[in-house]
Amino acid sequence: MGNAKLWGLKKSPWVFHLAAAPCNNCDIEILDLIAPRWDVERFGIVLIGSPRHADALLVTGVINRKTLPRVLRVYEQTPKPCLVIAIGACACSPNIFTPSYNVVGPYDKHMPVDVYIPGCPPKPETMIMGIIKALKRL
Amino acid sequence: MNIVRIIFSYIIFPGFVFTAVVGLFLTWIDRKVTARIHWRVGPPWFQPYADFLKLLLKETMIPEGSSKTLFLLGPLLGLVGMSIFAVMLFNMNFNPSGSFVGDLIVIIYLLALPPIGIIIGGSASKNPLASVGASREMTLYFAYELPFLIALTSIILKAGGSIKFGEIILAQQAEGPFLYSISGVIAAVVIFLSIQAKLSFIPFDIPEAEQEIMAGPYIEYSGVALAIYKMTRAMMLFLLPLFLISVLWGGFANWWAILKLLLIIVLIILVKNTNPRLRIDQALKFFWVGIGTLSTIGLILAFYGL
Repeated sequence: MGNAKLWGLKKSPWVFHLAAAPCNNCDIEILDLIAPRWDVERFGIVLIGSPRHADALLVTGVINRKTLPRVLRVYEQTPKPCLVIAIGACACSPNIFTPSYNVVGPYDKHMPVDVYIPGCPPKPETMIMGIIKALKRL
Repeated sequence: MNIVRIIFSYIIFPGFVFTAVVGLFLTWIDRKVTARIHWRVGPPWFQPYADFLKLLLKETMIPEGSSKTLFLLGPLLGLVGMSIFAVMLFNMNFNPSGSFVGDLIVIIYLLALPPIGIIIGGSASKNPLASVGASREMTLYFAYELPFLIALTSIILKAGGSIKFGEIILAQQAEGPFLYSISGVIAAVVIFLSIQAKLSFIPFDIPEAEQEIMAGPYIEYSGVALAIYKMTRAMMLFLLPLFLISVLWGGFANWWAILKLLLIIVLIILVKNTNPRLRIDQALKFFWVGIGTLSTIGLILAFYGL
């Protein structure tokens, strides 16, 4: 029974798009990913509107003092088990914003991150590859 | 022995398990046809079952400050209502002259259970968006129920004043389906649009409008409770077209009924994919003024036997 449920989780990851102060470039690429051209519903990936329904959080942007409590709150609201997928160079590490007074570090300092997808912004193909690789290793 | 058979019929065969499995398969048809209309590939056939298994694995969260009993009672109400509805529908179709007294009044009440469950669950979850969704669900229920009842009244008139489900089916077997007359076509259109609204499909998906209030009443649900809501919706997608076939298209106790069922479901999906969402006031006006007038004309025609 446990295996069957894990199979279900692998075959239908519903994603919640959590934009924490990004420059919106990654978000536009995520919307491309959801749109008909790349059609991720083939893999059962559906964009949903409430973190309560989510199995994976797509986080984008540099995390700062204002967004950190909100991000943590959304992470706590998501039912476990859930994946955290860091999309874009800013989410993987705060690269050029590191010296800023307002930046509180990358996501993996505050919560477990399962997949890193670098790029500024990453292409939808890259995101699909990252998510599929992560699901295969579950 | 008899009790075992009754329990079997409620839990396994026409009841809960069978309806849920077929209903989940029909939601796959819905998603696949939608995908083909979008010029996409669409999900594989096991997608709804994978979704369901996954939701069983997730933890069920109960929001802080909500009423726990009502929050968990909400999903169950609709499920129970649809299981009983399935047993009645199959019994009446395969054994229309039996002694089991099932009439349209009971079916109207059973069909009211899923919206009541959604309203209770949405109001109990202490979320502003869920409250908005629950109030919209209530308004929409009152909107589509009036023309639906008028259309059912015209069917009762055509069946010679009988509200017994079995006699309606026997009357159709004796003198041909009610659909092949003017008032029958009008009643079919009215019930078809009511089914669209009962399933909360576009253009009547106002209670759970994804783009404005996320998931409406379901927004706080996760895990098993959400799975039960999804399954109730899937069972309704299977049972409501069957209800339309059995009251207007001569019952479904033959193989042609599968084609009729698929035809109605594909029509529902096509309407869903080619229309924009109405506002709640527009939906109320549409049902009470437009469709209400149409169903009244159908009632008058049925009274004169047309």
